[in-house]
Amino acid sequence: MKLKYILPILFIALFSTACSSDDDNNDQPPVINEVEGLTKIQDFTNNNHTIELWSETGHFKTGYNDISVRIKDNTSNSFFENFTINWMPVMEMPSMEHSCPKSTIEKAPGKNTVYQGYIIYQMTNLDGSGWSLTLNYTIDNVDYTVTDTITVTQNYNQNVTTFKGSDDVKYVLALIEPQSPKIATNIMKVGLYKMENMMSFPIVEDYTITLDPRMPDMGNHSSPNNTDLTYRSDGMYQGNLSLTMTGYWVLNLQLLDETNTVLKGEAVTLENPQSSVYLELEF
Amino acid sequence: MIKYILFGFGFLFTALTFAQELEATVDKDTTQLEEVILIGERKLSNYRQEKTLSSIDDYLEKSNKVTMIKRGNYAWEPSLNNMDSQRLSVTIDGMQIFGACTDKMDPITSYVDVSNLEKVSIGSGQEGTENGHCVGGGIDLKRPKSKFNGSGFKSGIDLGYETNGNYKTAGLNAEYVGNKFYINGDGIFRKSDNYDAGGNEEVLYSQFQKYNISLKGGYKLTEKHTLDADVIYDKATDVGYPALPMDVSLAEALITSLTHTYKNDSTRIKSWESKLYFNTITHIMDDSKRPDVPIRMDMPGWSDTYGFYTKATLTESKHNLLINLNGFYNRSLAEMTMYPNNPNQPAMFMYTWPDIRTLYTGVYIKDAFALTDEKTISASARLGYHNNIIAEESGLESLQIFYPDLTDSKSRMLMSLSAEYKVKKDNYDATFGLGYGERAPSVSEGYGFFLFNSFDNYDYIGNPTMKNEKSLEANIAANYYINNFKIGFETSYFYLTDYIIGELDESISPMTIGADGVKVYSSLRHANIFDFYVNSSYKISDAFSVNGTVGYNYGKGSNKENLPFIKPFSYLAEVNYTRDLFNAALQINGNGNQSNYSSFYGENETASYAVLNLNLGNVFYIKNNKMVFKYGIENILDTNYSTYADWNNIPRQGRNFYMNVSYILF
Repeated sequence: MKLKYILPILFIALFSTACSSDDDNNDQPPVINEVEGLTKIQDFTNNNHTIELWSETGHFKTGYNDISVRIKDNTSNSFFENFTINWMPVMEMPSMEHSCPKSTIEKAPGKNTVYQGYIIYQMTNLDGSGWSLTLNYTIDNVDYTVTDTITVTQNYNQNVTTFKGSDDVKYVLALIEPQSPKIATNIMKVGLYKMENMMSFPIVEDYTITLDPRMPDMGNHSSPNNTDLTYRSDGMYQGNLSLTMTGYWVLNLQLLDETNTVLKGEAVTLENPQSSVYLELEF
Repeated sequence: MIKYILFGFGFLFTALTFAQELEATVDKDTTQLEEVILIGERKLSNYRQEKTLSSIDDYLEKSNKVTMIKRGNYAWEPSLNNMDSQRLSVTIDGMQIFGACTDKMDPITSYVDVSNLEKVSIGSGQEGTENGHCVGGGIDLKRPKSKFNGSGFKSGIDLGYETNGNYKTAGLNAEYVGNKFYINGDGIFRKSDNYDAGGNEEVLYSQFQKYNISLKGGYKLTEKHTLDADVIYDKATDVGYPALPMDVSLAEALITSLTHTYKNDSTRIKSWESKLYFNTITHIMDDSKRPDVPIRMDMPGWSDTYGFYTKATLTESKHNLLINLNGFYNRSLAEMTMYPNNPNQPAMFMYTWPDIRTLYTGVYIKDAFALTDEKTISASARLGYHNNIIAEESGLESLQIFYPDLTDSKSRMLMSLSAEYKVKKDNYDATFGLGYGERAPSVSEGYGFFLFNSFDNYDYIGNPTMKNEKSLEANIAANYYINNFKIGFETSYFYLTDYIIGELDESISPMTIGADGVKVYSSLRHANIFDFYVNSSYKISDAFSVNGTVGYNYGKGSNKENLPFIKPFSYLAEVNYTRDLFNAALQINGNGNQSNYSSFYGENETASYAVLNLNLGNVFYIKNNKMVFKYGIENILDTNYSTYADWNNIPRQGRNFYMNVSYILF
């Protein structure tokens, strides 16, 4: 008996929701949040502007940091769509100061106000102090600059490593992808930079990085169908990384130059369970 | 391939020729269909069994061609014609049910109890395909048939005790049979501690405990239509597996079905039975009781199956036709989580069976045709569509590590054909059979992900790209009778192509700590399996009889290597004394030295052995009630031995005194 009454009501309810969801024609255009899904790391403020730095995690850590930047006009509260900007991170040490590998900052694809780049902090102090970041930018042919200290925390796993090759060059090598590893054949991307001087870390091109992922907890279990990382046009080294299970993985690497001479790192054998060049991964 | 096509045509042609002959022949009663299918069908009765409360495993092992592979004292895996569960079709009352353990620790025979069953049908090779495709044969565990004879209330109690392992069994059953409906239920509880091998050597982790409840009821709608409902619940906890590095903390099954039966003796369709069923299994492996393991791990597995069948038997002149249309949908999921010794590191997780969905639909037709009173010819065919889907995205991606081009779905067509000719005279009978069958890889063979096999100490990776395994078989059985003496032989030969077996892949690093490497399932070009048994019996007097069996088995692959789990020379001899109220049997059985062992597939040589058993039984009638006593000594000489079928050579039970009491109230 009751069903007879409930059913029509149900139908009406269904149809009415179906209708209303269709015409959402409000008068003002929807405001698109260009930093959706990101968390603000820090604001850099001067008299005119506030420069906002965003990332997925909302803080700087050692290793690769994908950073989104936008600049707000402090008077109009609107964001600039056209500007040029570069950055200079500096680590203050007792005896000297140095920088780290970093990219240029370009407009993020599909965005109007957001620019994007990355910084690879190769080290930090235990309390996260020591780093400062200078932002130099130009809006309508006027140059501005702003500097502030930043906090860079130590990443739990080794996602960046610094070493000196047999060619006497100091290299920085950082894990860029996978950021969310899966039990699968993952695309692995690595950045390789050489320390030209304290302030300049250009990309090293056309070397080869061999890959041998291992699980020390599982008797140094490895996985099949990994490929060596080779240089790609995006300025990174790319290869396939197979992860057969979740857990703690050590990605053993060797750095080879254009002539396939090993600059650093050793093959994993029974006697040598780990290469001197490695990255860590946990998921 | 051409060979098979020719065979198929040959088969069809013979079938057709016979079909034409049919019309001409005279009417004859052929009610032998069931017997034709089966090489062995034994009723489970209090009388016949040595032990009233023997497990289903003990029971199956008594059959000539069946061997139980033992990983402990519980949940033995049946093997038929030297082929184990993935090559067999094991069903419960025609219902498909699949174990949930990646390491075959829960063959489905472990989810039913002898008390649940009326009989077991064993069909060798292609004669076992009524319920599904197989190459080795089919085992159907049959529940009691519904009855409406108005016999009223009946109940019984069973108690058992065995000294070895302090093994206790208690069972209770009750039934009410009316004219319109019946209901029967039984419950059984089994608990054993560690058993001792010969010489009082305790076998650690061989304990088990389980209970099983079943309930079946039926209602007669009309004279011709009946409806039956059936539920079995089985739960084993604390099961030790001495041959494996892990035990089982829970193995639980719920098996349900609803059946409609139509019976009519006066029409062409004699019976039409349709069943809808569902079963679900949860299996949890656990190593918490093992003191030394390289790494702690949990390995749970689940298997759910939904299915149906509808089968009809038809009689038309001298034809006896059986048609069975069936289908099932199975979901198999198993995972593994390992806990690193360093507590700061995250747990390690993987899907060992990445949520594999199997869909099967097929049709089976069998025709038995009586040429004369003494000669019967029968032919059967099964044709089916088999599809596997990897439902878990993460599981697909993990398999793509090995097979980068793998897609989530794989379909196969499966075919099975068999023909049999049977002669039965007064002093001899003989059966000749031919068959061709195919099977799809099992979930482990197709999609297993780092499944550790403690037998050969390798990790196994499934291979979804494999072809169907195909089998061409021939079998002959004959018996000759002179007075009270009977001698007979049965033999089967299987020529298997694309035989599925693990092949070592040096390039893959093992996952399990301590494993020797990784094997990937692959198709061996061909393999041969042959078995030959001679049976004889002599009836000395009404009370005394002797019987004996010797068997020889052989198995080799195209790589010239022996196949694993091939039974060595075996023998059994028995002296029986049988009276109405008393019976006794002295039995010796043994195996020869396993000289053709397969070192290539991880076997080592198992020495010959012989054991002596004594079984006794008494029946008493007390008023209207009946009491059955079964008692005896197994392994009288306390021999310390293991057989070729004992996983990692775990020794079998030493001397064991047992006693079963059944009290039946009418």
